[in-house]
Amino acid sequence: MFAHFDIKQLIFGRLSLEAIPYHEPILVATFAVVALAGIALLGAVTWFGKWDYLWREWFTTIDHKRIGIMYVILAIVMLLRGFADALMMLVQKALSVGASEGYLPPHHYDQIFTAHGTIMIFFMAMPFVTGMMNYIMPLQIGARDVAFPFLNNFSFWMTVGGATLTMLSLFVGEFSRATWLAYAPLSGAAYSPGVGVDYYIWGLQVAGVGTTLSGINLIATVIKMRAPGMTLMKMPVFCWTTLASNALIVTIFPVLTATLALLALDRYVGTHFFTNDFGGNSMLYMNLIWIWGHPEVYVLVLPAFGIYSEVVSTFCSKRLFGYTSMVYATAVIALVSWLVWLHHFFTMGAGPNVNSFFGIASMIIAIPTGAKVFNWLFTMYRGRIRFEGPFIWVMGFIPTFVIGGLTGVLLAVPPADFVVHNSLFLVAHFHNVIIGGVVFGLLAGVQYWFPKAFGYKLDPFWGKVSFWCWLSGFWTVFLPLYVLGLMGVTRRTQHFDDPSVQPYLTIAAIGVCVIMVGILTFVLQLIVSYFRREQLRDFTGDPWGGRTLEWSTSSPPPPYNFAFTPVVHDLDAWWDMKRRGYERPLGGFRPIHMPKNTGAGVVLAGLSTVLGFALIWYIWWLAALSFAGLIAAAITHTFNYNRDFYISAEDVVRLENQRTAQLAAGA
Amino acid sequence: MLISCGALAGCKLVVMDPSGDVAVQERNLIIASTALMLLVIIPVIALTFLFARHYRASNPDAVYDPGFHHSTQLEVVIWTIPLLIIIALGAMAWVSTHTLDPFRPLSRLGPKRPVPADTKPLEVQVVSLDWKWLFIYPEQGVASVNEMAAPVDRPLAFKLTSSSVWNTFYVPALAGMIYTMAGMETQLQAVINREGDYWGLSAHYSGSGFSRMNFRFRGVSAQGFEAWVTQAKASQDTLDRNAYLALEKPSEADPVRYYGTVESGLYQAIIGMCPENGQMCIAEMHHIDRMGGDEKNSEENAKRLDYDNRRLESGTEPSGATFPASGRPPQGPVQPQGMKPRDQDAASGGINQPKHALPGASGGPAPPQLNTGPSNGDSH
Repeated sequence: MFAHFDIKQLIFGRLSLEAIPYHEPILVATFAVVALAGIALLGAVTWFGKWDYLWREWFTTIDHKRIGIMYVILAIVMLLRGFADALMMLVQKALSVGASEGYLPPHHYDQIFTAHGTIMIFFMAMPFVTGMMNYIMPLQIGARDVAFPFLNNFSFWMTVGGATLTMLSLFVGEFSRATWLAYAPLSGAAYSPGVGVDYYIWGLQVAGVGTTLSGINLIATVIKMRAPGMTLMKMPVFCWTTLASNALIVTIFPVLTATLALLALDRYVGTHFFTNDFGGNSMLYMNLIWIWGHPEVYVLVLPAFGIYSEVVSTFCSKRLFGYTSMVYATAVIALVSWLVWLHHFFTMGAGPNVNSFFGIASMIIAIPTGAKVFNWLFTMYRGRIRFEGPFIWVMGFIPTFVIGGLTGVLLAVPPADFVVHNSLFLVAHFHNVIIGGVVFGLLAGVQYWFPKAFGYKLDPFWGKVSFWCWLSGFWTVFLPLYVLGLMGVTRRTQHFDDPSVQPYLTIAAIGVCVIMVGILTFVLQLIVSYFRREQLRDFTGDPWGGRTLEWSTSSPPPPYNFAFTPVVHDLDAWWDMKRRGYERPLGGFRPIHMPKNTGAGVVLAGLSTVLGFALIWYIWWLAALSFAGLIAAAITHTFNYNRDFYISAEDVVRLENQRTAQLAAGA
Repeated sequence: MLISCGALAGCKLVVMDPSGDVAVQERNLIIASTALMLLVIIPVIALTFLFARHYRASNPDAVYDPGFHHSTQLEVVIWTIPLLIIIALGAMAWVSTHTLDPFRPLSRLGPKRPVPADTKPLEVQVVSLDWKWLFIYPEQGVASVNEMAAPVDRPLAFKLTSSSVWNTFYVPALAGMIYTMAGMETQLQAVINREGDYWGLSAHYSGSGFSRMNFRFRGVSAQGFEAWVTQAKASQDTLDRNAYLALEKPSEADPVRYYGTVESGLYQAIIGMCPENGQMCIAEMHHIDRMGGDEKNSEENAKRLDYDNRRLESGTEPSGATFPASGRPPQGPVQPQGMKPRDQDAASGGINQPKHALPGASGGPAPPQLNTGPSNGDSH
């Protein structure tokens, strides 16, 4: 080894020019588009001299509202990437039947389906959900920020760091080909020797730090920072689901971190936790990863349930039916979700007692979930329903989700699972609940809270077009997949020998194009609404006849959210205040104590990302350097005592007077 | 969509119309649980649209009662309906999970057709290789690749393992699937009731050749099975350790192949992860560990336990879109980064050296423990 001492390897590790996939036309074209768009964006920011503004007002912000918005922007960007993967996959499937090979070789196709799953869960759904919770929850509990504002900024940038590493694998090296959960022993060094799995590991480890810390932060916020009078049972349901979701996050993400750390040890230092030989046990990996993986689904869907609850009660002009039962249902779902992970591998050969325990535990989740659906139904009952932008998503959600629930409970019956496990039926099922449940909920949330965040409503026409494309596109993709699953077709195949599957795959490929129109019209809706913002403007801060505290302040809310912390007497606090003839205080403002922006989050997350990159490519000096830098930066940050400031009473008066003028203009 | 299936040529919902009794029972379970759940799903969907239509803001006839947000009776009903359905479904799940446990010997060949008392199941040893299927018939002393045959109405007892990563053995027409894992054995009991040409596959992603990891499953009459065995026996090829080590190297879309004879104890050696001469079987390692370890020989023993090199040594990592990221050319002998060789000595099988130490080349006879496991006679 020392005989041919390699200076290049010492500096660049295993990174070389060959790692750039310049011989791969699809990636070169993608890179060209990304590079051009990136240069255009950076150029525009420079041209308009916005760097300083972006750094001061956004990158270093500790304002939960701005961080929430940045999370959602990240999620939408990653949605486009994850969706491009889905499109490529389905087109490949539709083409690669019989004699045809399609256009993606297995090596490329396997990376695409791995990236699709990884990105959609970790870098689309998670930031989207976290962004929503970040923006809305503090407003709903009448707080001025989250409990640990700097941590919030740091968490966000760690998530960006993980996403950056994942995206980088497109153009430098390759991504994992070992599925989105990196099943061992396939993901071990012996069977996946390249950088792909290392990109996966370090991308998730960096982002995982952010997610865990954000979970701690939001729990502390819900527990400690509620407005006076808001007991736990007077909290909006969305805050409850936020609490449950983050309780799951802080209990499961450490499991993921530990599992990936063990996998990294296997790959980097030759331990044998999950290998075949030397007493390693790959079944252990399967258990550990699903102990994280199953509750993760509920991390995503519980906040979506919260959004539906808020939207249903607002647009039915009625208090949510069965609030208490909703809260308990949420808690039961969260608790039982810890006890069902084994249903992801009934076919591993565990005994019938084990399988039936986990099967029945999985079914039990259907009881509180069913109760929730009924509660939404009875909120509609004797309501006064307004079919505006956010509510139509609920109408799409309920039928779609209950059908996804049906196939889910079906899969929880172990012997039934034996014949459809890992099939396209399963793929259709979990998209049924993740798109029908989580994505529809998040899009409803965007329609619902956008006017709060930006001061104008979204254009209703393009919202409807987007909704119908999403809904019809969804069913066009996944009904054929259900049928294919019953034809015995399994998932993750790059090629099909049997020509009879092609018609179904073609229909699915058409459906995915319809979803694409749904995504594009959603983006178009954002653009059109921006240009029509004066017509769509809302001066009241309460455009929907809202019920919870976020609607009591201006749109967008001032940096301090509430000039005076509201006092809560009843569930649906804002509705209660309006009913009792609340009058907005116009004087007596005092200085408000607020946290100060800091660049430490960007610096720490940037160093972590460099560290991840160095570890992926075995650039050991850079790894050591960035790790030392990380520690140094963290310690330095602890000496930063300049962390807070007061918004002066004059500034509060000025902002509140603006609001008074706005209200007058609106009236 | 399900109805449209009939209209499209060639479409067959094999899961809903299988040919083996186990799969039929599993199909029945799907139908029964779906029906049970539709009892509540259909009313919910209907009520959603009904309420949405009736209570629309523009309907002047609809009652608006913002005070209606709690009702204990209704809550009881709301929680009880799903509870009852889940109790029924849970009972079904408990019973069926036990009766259809893949390890449990069959008790029936079909509805009201118990297994005759003197029936001996046909044992088939299944090994998932990269990326093909090996079937060993210990009783008949033959083996085949990517094709298996089974006589109708005779219980089949599969024993399954894998050579490298996980796969799932799945013949949709026959029975549910079961994982195959290296160093471990799973079981599957099934029976095929109708003659016919079926297909099987791996349903657990296992790498680049996974999509083509299909095999033919032939349900044949007793005479047909005899004929199939005779045909296999006619093959000049012997499946011994040498042939197995050549066979297990990664390859895709392999043609059907038969072996007229099979070396005794090979399947046990595969499970023990010691098909190669000189390798230590995992059971022996367990034994040494149980006895308190063998410090003196531990380095030597570690070399003999090295197994996870199935794909590396062959150097057939697929070249493709973004190949060089593994740090070596796809077919070359260049040492990949991160794969620290545990042993550079080619003679004893360094991890990245081509292994010349195949039986007969330089190694001695197989260590005794290989052949002391339970084997089905030494005739084949």
